[in-house]
Amino acid sequence: MEPTTAHKEHAELAADFNKDEARVDWHDETLWWVRQKRDKMAWSLPEWEDLRETASRIKFNVLGNLHDYLLEFEKNAQLNGATVHWAADAKEHNEIVLKLLKEQGVQRMVKSKSMLTEECHLNPFLAEHGIDVIDTDLGERIVQLAKEPPSHIVLPCIHKKKEEIGDLFHIHLGTPAGNADPKFLTAAARLHLRKEFIQSHVAITGVNFAVAETGEMVVCTNEGNADMGAHLADVHIACMGIEKIIPQRKHLGVFLRLLARSATGQPITTYSSHFRKPGAGRQLHIVLVDNGRSRQLGREEFRNSLKCIRCGACMNTCPVYRRSGGHSYHNAVAGPIGAILAPNLDMKENADLPFASTLCGSCSNVCPVKINIHEQLYQWRQVIVQEGYAKTSKKASMAMMNMVLSRPTVFKTAGGVGRWVMRHFPGVVNNGMNPWYKQRDMPEAPKESFADWYKKNKQ
Amino acid sequence: MKVGLFIPCYIDQFYPQVGIATLSLLEKLGCEVVYPQGQTCCGQPMANSGFEHLTGGCNELFVKNFADFDYIVSPSGSCTLHIKDHLHVHDKEDAATHIRQHIYELSEFLTDVLQVKHLSARFPHKVGIHQSCHGQRGLHLSQMTELVAAPYSKPEQLLQMVEGLELIELTRKDECCGFGGTFCVFEEAVSVKMGKDRIADHEKHGAEYITGNDVSCLMHLEGILKRQQSKVKVLHIAEILNAAF
Ligand code: SF4
Repeated sequence: MEPTTAHKEHAELAADFNKDEARVDWHDETLWWVRQKRDKMAWSLPEWEDLRETASRIKFNVLGNLHDYLLEFEKNAQLNGATVHWAADAKEHNEIVLKLLKEQGVQRMVKSKSMLTEECHLNPFLAEHGIDVIDTDLGERIVQLAKEPPSHIVLPCIHKKKEEIGDLFHIHLGTPAGNADPKFLTAAARLHLRKEFIQSHVAITGVNFAVAETGEMVVCTNEGNADMGAHLADVHIACMGIEKIIPQRKHLGVFLRLLARSATGQPITTYSSHFRKPGAGRQLHIVLVDNGRSRQLGREEFRNSLKCIRCGACMNTCPVYRRSGGHSYHNAVAGPIGAILAPNLDMKENADLPFASTLCGSCSNVCPVKINIHEQLYQWRQVIVQEGYAKTSKKASMAMMNMVLSRPTVFKTAGGVGRWVMRHFPGVVNNGMNPWYKQRDMPEAPKESFADWYKKNKQ
Repeated sequence: MKVGLFIPCYIDQFYPQVGIATLSLLEKLGCEVVYPQGQTCCGQPMANSGFEHLTGGCNELFVKNFADFDYIVSPSGSCTLHIKDHLHVHDKEDAATHIRQHIYELSEFLTDVLQVKHLSARFPHKVGIHQSCHGQRGLHLSQMTELVAAPYSKPEQLLQMVEGLELIELTRKDECCGFGGTFCVFEEAVSVKMGKDRIADHEKHGAEYITGNDVSCLMHLEGILKRQQSKVKVLHIAEILNAAF
């Protein structure tokens, strides 16, 4: 039986996205522009490659000693007055958050950007329990108004044009119809979000780095929305994957320099906010989430994926991502890194993603923590096939290919027959059933193969 | 120096002229070249599709054909990389290791092993290099734009020895063309879009020819160029380095 999934696969979603070629061009150019900004910033540091190596090694150490660092972090966070919660999976994470919200008796709260809560589908879970989440990152607010998931981990609404954002704001925030001036729209969003900040009793934030040595967390934003939320609310809930730990404060220097340059081509993020202690009379909760991370840690060939600092550079550089759009990856984290994280979360649902790549390797080169992304994509393909998630048709064609290619005489005959057919009956291959031929011509079939030529002329 | 010539399956079948140019070029440069009969494919199409476990037959055949050469040379970066990274045969691991360590893509063989300084080739045209990913990022045939490091390019170094040839600059120096093995059929839409964009970059800068180290990428680009009825043509780097047009 063919494995079936709840959604369309990447190839089909990407083909849908490609129906509007002008839009694909715009999407591609926009992200390429970010990639170029990143290049410029990387080149401004002669020590760039050393920094990447250092970051990669720090994370290597973290992954090798994660247990100890987590306990050290917990101890120090508790000494600082924070409450630490542990969640084995998404469900437990969501329930912990819900319980805290219920204790506070709130029906509405603000949340700054956190890919972890996306991964756990926190918003819909809370909505089911009658609690409204207001995303306060501008990009996330926009996709939230559009009732869509983010399409990029750093630039959640990169798939939307400013005119579309103008329309959304007109409907939801009452801005004048047809106004798509980014400055004006940003100001309108700011006013709208101010109200939410002031009224919120609880704020959720993500975490970029958690320092084991001090028990503090660092959250990086360009809009200051995490600070605004956390400082105005009485209760701050910080949700983080367990891989976000770094050993010491001094290591921040390495990561903060790499993160913003890789992400947006800025020398540093506008706000790198440190949260250490709850204010007087306030609460600070930290939820440490596993959700498959220990499993990935245990898979030798994929453990490096946990080094990821979520800069998004691999998406911006990925020629496939740029031309297929984030939603085609049907997973909270899109692009190359998403394609190696997602099969760990659900191998069946995400069996298509490691194949959504040409294995060009640009992602691995751009990655600030040197994750061997394209090699892991290759490895996942092997695992997925071994686990039985390959399509029957693919299995059959591969078995056939093996049969032909491991037998030189069969290969010679098949090749000869194939070329003869192509020369005399091109319609057999040049037809609608052949995906190659849809938008490309087939190569011309020569009379003789190289092997034939060699035999005639060289022997 | 005994060189074994590896001509990947689809070059053998569809682009014999690339094999002929490669052979002729190597012979002109004084190599003793043998083409072992009975070779087929490196096994990459299966491995990259997740069926590495089916490549045993190809691997054995490869070792059988190429174990006895000082060097193995191929006009394909992608197939060379596959062998370098993945060739293993259970009871012939010594031979497999020798092959993995001595297989070269044609242009790196010319620059690094033969250390070619002059070529008697002439090709008076504007040429753009499509730098195929596996050759570039896998075999390090040229510097990659993501890395902060000094620039170099082995294919460029060679093409500069060709009389009359004018290399054009590209806006995106090393963007993937979208071929990607079976990606080109399973992800047809994105693959073609990538190819079209790659071609547009060359056309914008006035290329008459697109060349590269991988026939697979060139075959993909050629298919699109022909469909678009473009005047731009593709040629494998061996055909240009061997040219007396
Ligand atoms: S995998 Fe590397 S490049 Fe991609 S988001 Fe993570 S850190 Fe950034």
